[in-house]
Amino acid sequence: MNVPQNLRYNKSHEWVLLEGDIATVGISDHAQEELTDVVFVELPPVGKTVDVGDPTAVVESVKAASDIYAPISGEVVEVNDAVEADPSLVNTDPYGKGWIFKLKVKDAGQLNQLLDATGYEAMIG
Amino acid sequence: MSTIQSTPLESLHVRLGARMVPFAGWNMPVQYTSIMDEHGAVRATAGIFDISHMGQFIVSGPGALGWLNRMLANNVAKLAPGQGQYSFLLNESGGVIDDLIVYRTAEDNFFLVVNASMIEEDYFWMAKHQPEDVEFSNESALWAGMAVQGPQSAAAFASACPGQELPPRNGIVRFAVEGGEAVVCRTGYTGEDGFEFFCPAGEGEAWFEKFIAAGAQACGLGARDTLRLEMCYPLNGSDLSPERTPIEAGLGFFVDLEKGDFIGRETLARQKAEGPAQRLVALEYTDKGAPPRSHYPLLDADGQVISELSSGVLSPSLGTGIAMAYVPAALAKPGTDLLVDVRGRHFPAKVVKKPFYKPAAQKA
Repeated sequence: MNVPQNLRYNKSHEWVLLEGDIATVGISDHAQEELTDVVFVELPPVGKTVDVGDPTAVVESVKAASDIYAPISGEVVEVNDAVEADPSLVNTDPYGKGWIFKLKVKDAGQLNQLLDATGYEAMIG
Repeated sequence: MSTIQSTPLESLHVRLGARMVPFAGWNMPVQYTSIMDEHGAVRATAGIFDISHMGQFIVSGPGALGWLNRMLANNVAKLAPGQGQYSFLLNESGGVIDDLIVYRTAEDNFFLVVNASMIEEDYFWMAKHQPEDVEFSNESALWAGMAVQGPQSAAAFASACPGQELPPRNGIVRFAVEGGEAVVCRTGYTGEDGFEFFCPAGEGEAWFEKFIAAGAQACGLGARDTLRLEMCYPLNGSDLSPERTPIEAGLGFFVDLEKGDFIGRETLARQKAEGPAQRLVALEYTDKGAPPRSHYPLLDADGQVISELSSGVLSPSLGTGIAMAYVPAALAKPGTDLLVDVRGRHFPAKVVKKPFYKPAAQKA
């Protein structure tokens, strides 16, 4: 299972990469494997403000729709149109081309509430 | 049903890496690799599904034919020994208790295959009406069952059962195997050529592995659902219910109003004559959209809620959203524009002719 060291993880399986005040969010390799065959991604509107824990995007497999929660508070400044056009990118490159949205964060300190790679690996066993 | 039941194949599924989920009171494999992959295997080559959870009833005796013809909507008298037909067990008001397949195994001998979730209810309903000259038993616990489906299913049979022959479409054959008897029915729930194979419960694992070795890929309930919906085969509890009749469901072909009286006939005859107020239609997205799913609201072109989806999925074969729903008869014509509400967003869909997909076996 691929769990990059440089990312933070939400218990609900989102990953976050903070660069300056911009947080890129996607779902973990473990999550994409559990979902299998992502067939649809519903992206949030750019400009939407979200708080930690808000359902912000939806990732759907053949069998079920799963909410993607904001792992950190902020404003949606960019969404990945490529995963809307080709949802399988979430499966094939969850930490790269399969990213879902970017937030301009208010409080980078919130990142400390998230798991580091070791903690996330321990959680998914 | 309070406890979750296990089929004779459960530990094999786990060894094969299946993801297990509760379904109709049973712990069942939803998928082994992925739904897309397993769906594709059945359409292109062959897949095998555990159907041990389904029920088997045996009906025999001099009164068997007459009794079944009063209990079931289709005409059992049309079956010669060795043949089977799709039929319905209806309540007094014509609503569907269960959909099933009845096979005539001998002049006065019948083999019924019923839905897993309905075994007890079907059994009690039938036993309540059982006359003295009919023997009726529930053998569901004795049998393991597997459905081998796909264009290469006949080749898999030939390889796993040398010296035996598959029956013709909808037919049934029996032959001796280790531990007892195998029952093979040329039918399925995918639209592809295929057969259902029943054997003594203790022999199930060995046969499942034999068919895998013969080229069938293990498939779960996820693919079973996408395959059946592409064919518009109804799922009882979703597309069929005690409040809906086979006429409303568009399945009048499997009802014989001329054969004499049967339970539920009056309502069906009236609906057939007057036309049902509602019909189960097939809906296909006209553009890309979020996958439709059961219970999502269905709206008319003006945005008024008219119904909800009884089934829905993103079709792996067609790559587009497909669904079924009961709609007022006026909106049931192919070409009618409707809208599916997914989390507040409206995706345009059209009523289309059934089925959504034509398998290779039926194109010829």
